[in-house]
This record gives sequence, C-alpha cells and structure tokens, in this order.
Amino acid sequence: MTETKLPVQPPEVRVAAPGAALARAPAERREPAAGRAIIDPPEPAVFALDGLNLWYGHKHALAGVTMNYPVNRVTALIGPSGCGKSTLLRCLNRMNDLIPGVRVSGTIQYHGANIYDRQVDPVEVRRRIGMVFQKPNPFPKSIYDNVAFGARVNGFRGRMDDLVEGCLRQAALWDEVKDDLRKSGLALSGGQQQRLCIARALAVQPDVILMDEPCSALDPIATLKIEDLIRELVKDFTIVIVTHNMQQAARVSDYTAFMLLAHEGGPGELIEYGLTNELFTNPRDHRTEDYITGRFG
Amino acid sequence: MAQREATAPVSLRASGAVARRQAVSRGSRYVLLAATLVGVFVLLVLAYETAIEGADRISWSFITNYPSRFADQAGLRSSILGTAWVMGATIALAFPIAIGTAIWMEEFAPRNILLTIVKLNLANLAGVPSIIYGILGLALFVRFLEMGPSILAGAFTLSLMIIPMTVIASQEAIRQVPPSIKEASLAVGATHWQTVRHHVLPGAMPGIMTGIILATSRAIGETAALIMIGAFTFIAFDNTSLTDDFTTVPIQIYNWTIRPQEAFRQNAAAAIILLMVAVVGLNLIAALIRERFRRE
Repeated sequence: MTETKLPVQPPEVRVAAPGAALARAPAERREPAAGRAIIDPPEPAVFALDGLNLWYGHKHALAGVTMNYPVNRVTALIGPSGCGKSTLLRCLNRMNDLIPGVRVSGTIQYHGANIYDRQVDPVEVRRRIGMVFQKPNPFPKSIYDNVAFGARVNGFRGRMDDLVEGCLRQAALWDEVKDDLRKSGLALSGGQQQRLCIARALAVQPDVILMDEPCSALDPIATLKIEDLIRELVKDFTIVIVTHNMQQAARVSDYTAFMLLAHEGGPGELIEYGLTNELFTNPRDHRTEDYITGRFG
Repeated sequence: MAQREATAPVSLRASGAVARRQAVSRGSRYVLLAATLVGVFVLLVLAYETAIEGADRISWSFITNYPSRFADQAGLRSSILGTAWVMGATIALAFPIAIGTAIWMEEFAPRNILLTIVKLNLANLAGVPSIIYGILGLALFVRFLEMGPSILAGAFTLSLMIIPMTVIASQEAIRQVPPSIKEASLAVGATHWQTVRHHVLPGAMPGIMTGIILATSRAIGETAALIMIGAFTFIAFDNTSLTDDFTTVPIQIYNWTIRPQEAFRQNAAAAIILLMVAVVGLNLIAALIRERFRRE
C-alpha cells in the first residue's frame, strides 16, 4: 500500500537533504507520486507520518500523507479551503477523535510512538501536544484560571503563581495583564485573547504547539505580535501552523507543506513539502506554483 | 451645491411599499403589547381578588394551627410541613437524576437510534397530564412497592413528573455550551469528565437553574397527582419521617374551596396568598443563584 512512499527515517538518521529529493523528482509527471516534491527535513523528527489516511464516515478526507515535522522548527500547512490542512493538524493531537465516524489508517510516530496505537490514551497525547484554535476561545474564567486550568487538571505540583506568570511572560502577555489577573479572559482584546490561549497551552508544558489559523480572526497588528511570538516560541517548542495566509507562512515558517484536493471531490493530499524559502521561490510542482501565484484556490 | 439645487432633492420620506411595511412594523408593537397585557391583567385581577378575600385570615395562628372543622381555627401547619417534606425529598431525588441523565445523553451517550427514541419519549413524558403520574404513583409506589400514601410515595411520584421537563431544560442548556470551550479544555489534556465538570456544567448552570425553578414551581403547586396517591387526608400531627402520611398546601386549598361555607373560602384565599409568596420567594432565591453562575 505504501510502496511509493519515502521510507520514514528515525529521528537520528539523516538521509535526504532537500536537494536529494529534488533530484528524485522528474519535472513533468502527471501522477503526483508522494515523495516527488516532498523532502525529508534533516532535523530530528518530532512527528513522522506514514501513509496517513482519514475518513469522515464515507468521505475520504486525507490520503497517503507521509511527511516528517522537524524539531524546533515552524512547519506551515497551506492550501485552499477544504484541502484537509486542519484535519491533518487535528490528527496530530487526536482532536479528530471527538468527531463521530472518523476513521484513520497509517501511522503518526511521535518521538517513536504511534499516537494512533490502540493502547495510547488521547489525554496523554494532548498533554504533550498543545493546540491553539482559529477563534480565540478563552474559558469564561479569570486570566489566571485560564492559564492554571491545564496545569491543575494535570496534577501540577508547584507554585501555580510562578507557572502562570512564566507562561504569560512566554506568551508576551504578562506586562499587559499583570495587574488584573482576576479579570475575565473574555474582557481582553482579540489579540490578547489569542495570546492568553497560547499561554494556556504552554501551561501544561507541551513540546509541540499546533496552531489552527491562529491569526485569522485578528487585525494586522495583533497578527504581527502573534507571528513574533511564534518565532520566539520555536526556540523551545516545535510548532505546526495551518494558515490561509501565504505571506504569513513565508514570514513565520521554516518548512511549508502545500496540500490540495488533487482530484475533484477526492481526498486532500500532500503535494509539496520543502524549505519555506524554496517552496515559495522555486516550487517544484506546477500546482504549488499555480496556488502561490494566485492562479487558483 | 449649485449642482444639487438644479435637480429636485431626493425624497427620503417613507412612501409606497416602505410606508406600508413601516405601518405593519409599528402596528406589531401594539399587538404584542396587548398580548402581554392579557396575561398580566388576568394575573393582577386574580391576585387582587384573592388578596381582598384572604388578607384578613392571614395570621401567625393560621400558619401554626392544624386543620379544623371550624374555619376560624383551621390552619396550614400540617400542610406546610407536608409540602416542605415532600418538596425536599423530591428535590433531592429528581434533580440529581435529571441532571445526570441530561449530561449523559448530551455528552457521553452513543449517538444511535436508541438515544433518539429516549429523547422523543422524554419530550412526550413532559407533556403527560399530572393525574396520569398520580395513577402510576398509586399503582407503583403506593400499592406495588407498599409505600402507602407516604411522603416518599409522593416524592417519587412528583419526581417522575418533573424529571422529564428538567432533563429537557438541562439538555438544552448543555447544548448551549460552545464546542470551542470543550475543545480548548480537551486540548490542554483535561479528561472528558474534567471538561464536563469544569466547563460544561458551569456553562450550563444558568439554564439548568431555570429548568429547576420551573420544575420546582410546578411540583410545589401540584394537586391532582398527590390527591390520586391518597394525600387528600386530614393530618393533625407534625410529619417526622418519610413514611408518614401527609398532605400539602395545594391539597389543603382544594379541600377548603370545595366546602360550602364562605369562611373556608377565605381560608383558601389566605393559603393561596401564602403559597404564592413562598413560590415567588423560592424563585427569587433560585434566580439569584442563577445570576451568580452567569457572572462567573
């Protein structure tokens, strides 16, 4: 089933440099075989996806996604609406489990463990892989409790005040809220709310943060703040971000993956994956080029 | 400016179709107001009539006296105690079951045909006349389970009656909690139960409280179902246990209204006033609790 896919490398083995993948890709081939324009990042992989398929009931939504997400890098997922970017992202912390009728095949190795293994507990997965959503969704509680909640339910034993302050500082929100931590999280502006949501995700000390179009509900200034924050956070975390905004992908990400419904009504597929710079300046697949130059999508 | 004066200024006064639509819009306000006033007016008239008739009878001894065949010595003591007992037991019994059911159905139950059938049945049960619950209570609790016409049998019967409406109100409230909040909670590694406990329930609490208020008001005024199970009795002692026979304020009121003597009618009016004050008081307390949840 996976004969055309790249072999998944264990994190410590570094084989394919970006150039190698390019050499493997014939310039004009109609059938987009996975692996053609898909590189294997040299950094150790936090996630290694192999032949990931997903169905919503009878609808095939993702087909044969094979790719690695490198550690301490920002990987952006781009593509037109409905191409499965968010679906793919939500596979990484098993948020798709919440939707009735979802079926997944293939594997997602997270530090070597398949997160879709039978004995894996999704709560254990989500504790390590944080998520920030499209619309800022703070709890209708105080700023303090928003950040502390995740730590509390995970049995955090330590000085909660320090943790809350640390997370708010890391999310570049501390200076704006330090005097009214008791205020409702909903009283903040949209951009502040989203940074609060980032702080909330940080409080359970994950090593990956998934972001599902985190700036789509924000104004340009708030967006810029989040983007700066992403660049700051990537020093300590691995970040995967879904975005509709190609400039944003170009600005914040190290690697970019382009996804598309390769066939009308078919499943979303990974078309091209490479260093952000290369993907935007020198796309290898003509469909990537069409998309980033605005010819469709 | 000169240019504009050259042509006739646009008329922005309502005319033609817009004028007609606006007339309907203005008219609708008065129709709706009239609809509201009908209810308010009837209520005020009833309250006024009752107050005029019963006000003189309200006294401390009216509350502390047992019922009597002499209207001026009769009081509400045993029926107030009976109401308190049966309501206490009903609340303790019905609301945990109802809220638990609602949470399970909305959050945990598999989405299958059985659940749909249960939901449909709940909606039907909420519309069943209370006397039917009384007949069921008589057959099941009083006779089959041999509870007799006791407080416990009354509480079980009233619980059966109010559980469906409370479940439906609670389900509605739980459904109003935004999925994004649940996702946020799960995404930080909270379990399903922690998510329900810390986010779904607090978020749904104002709505659940509204359901509880309505259900309690209905149960406290319930007469037919309790008469059916045998609570239409003469009680001249203080209830001390759940197995006691009992009567309630609405039954006492009914008892008095069917007497031919005018004096008993006055007693009934006075009891109605007290019951109304109690219900309004309870609702006020519940509304205050609800507002507290809403603010958090």
